[in-house]
Amino acid sequence: MTDITIKITDRNGTLHEVLAPTDMAMNIMELVRSHELAPEGTIGVCGGMAMCASCQCYIKSDHELPEMSSDEDLMLAEAFYVEDNSRLSCQIPITIKLDGLEIELAPES
Amino acid sequence: MIKTDILIIGAGPTGLFAVFEAGLLKLKCHLIDALPQPGGQCSEIYPKKPIYDIPAYPEILAGDLTTKLLEQIASFQPGFTLGERAETIEKLEDDTFIVTTNKGTKHHAPIIAIAGGLGSFEPRKPPIPNIANFEDSGVEYIIRDPEMYRNKKVVIAGGGDSALDWAIFLTDVAAEVTLVHRRNEFRGALDSVDKVQELKNAGKINMITPAEVTEVLGDKKVTGVSITKNGEEEIILDVDHFIPLFGLSPKLGPIANWGLDIEKNAIKVNNALDYQTNIPGIYAIGDVNTYPGKLKLILCGFHEATLMCQSAYKRIHPNKKYVMKYTTVGGVEGFDGTKKEAPKAVVKKIE
Repeated sequence: MTDITIKITDRNGTLHEVLAPTDMAMNIMELVRSHELAPEGTIGVCGGMAMCASCQCYIKSDHELPEMSSDEDLMLAEAFYVEDNSRLSCQIPITIKLDGLEIELAPES
Repeated sequence: MIKTDILIIGAGPTGLFAVFEAGLLKLKCHLIDALPQPGGQCSEIYPKKPIYDIPAYPEILAGDLTTKLLEQIASFQPGFTLGERAETIEKLEDDTFIVTTNKGTKHHAPIIAIAGGLGSFEPRKPPIPNIANFEDSGVEYIIRDPEMYRNKKVVIAGGGDSALDWAIFLTDVAAEVTLVHRRNEFRGALDSVDKVQELKNAGKINMITPAEVTEVLGDKKVTGVSITKNGEEEIILDVDHFIPLFGLSPKLGPIANWGLDIEKNAIKVNNALDYQTNIPGIYAIGDVNTYPGKLKLILCGFHEATLMCQSAYKRIHPNKKYVMKYTTVGGVEGFDGTKKEAPKAVVKKIE
């Protein structure tokens, strides 16, 4: 089992450095939920289908991420507080390449 | 006053299936839901998405699951209060409850089953600084009465089905319809996109994309909006109504103030027994509840609904002894006079 480290700034501005497993088919939204870094019901509302934007985050490091699907792009087009570095964290699977990734959770909306 | 045996708050899959299990016990149900249609998240968020873990359905679309559940419970004639949110609860001296909705509809029942999922769906409001000043004075997040837009100038923002569908619908009502979206592409159903294209070509819908509404203009009432298009100067558009349709997000809402034990935005229940909350007579089933080991799965909600109904039966009929009967043995006797039962075996003699 290989774990990587991901730095997550929660909605209150607190930085958390968490270990993320690369062998459990998990995505970043699920990682945030498993560490309870945002209250239940305020993140991952649709369960990870790119259909609600409650897991929007800002990418703060220059890691290479999987390309955005049109589902994700169009969902972000209807989200609020969107920046150029916005992604839906449910659409980012945890892989070994993401070691050291830094993200910040977007405000609840 | 609407009277029933079990008042179910939330008409998602768990709430709907509870009607079936209650019906087998001859208990009548009434459901309240803030959405205008039954199905909860399954019909509101992902009707066209497949679900793979409903027992005996290798694959079923969420919308079809809702349709099947409604078919399964039809003979138990559930009542519905749709488009209204359960707001307050009052416990009477005889331990029964009155639940009143935001529109004042009153429901009286000895048993309350909260099957509210993640909460009631509330419209997502765009963070435009002054928008709150215009709510109900020209800004509407939900279209309740299309007639109010007759001969008015309307701007709709959003890129999903509701934005497209209402833009299409309002072309026959409003004086002028403008659709603003941050992309040229839309998330909605393809035939709706085609229809909007047709109406745009015919000059009936004014499209402004990729762009967003950044300010609401007016004194006490909306008189216009300011629209920002990528890298271009702001456009001022004179309109009477601004309708942002950015989907809905669930909020636990007033239920959080009913005196129930709440943990992590969910209602704590006794899972060793019957999914009752800390208030006797109030149960919580499906995604809305929590207990050690809780899984938010539709199939778990079905199980919880079943046990809840058994407990409700004992509460309503404390002196009756009930023995569970398989539907295969007892059949399903609807409240509408219909009866489904296993066909009698054909007996044939061998000569």
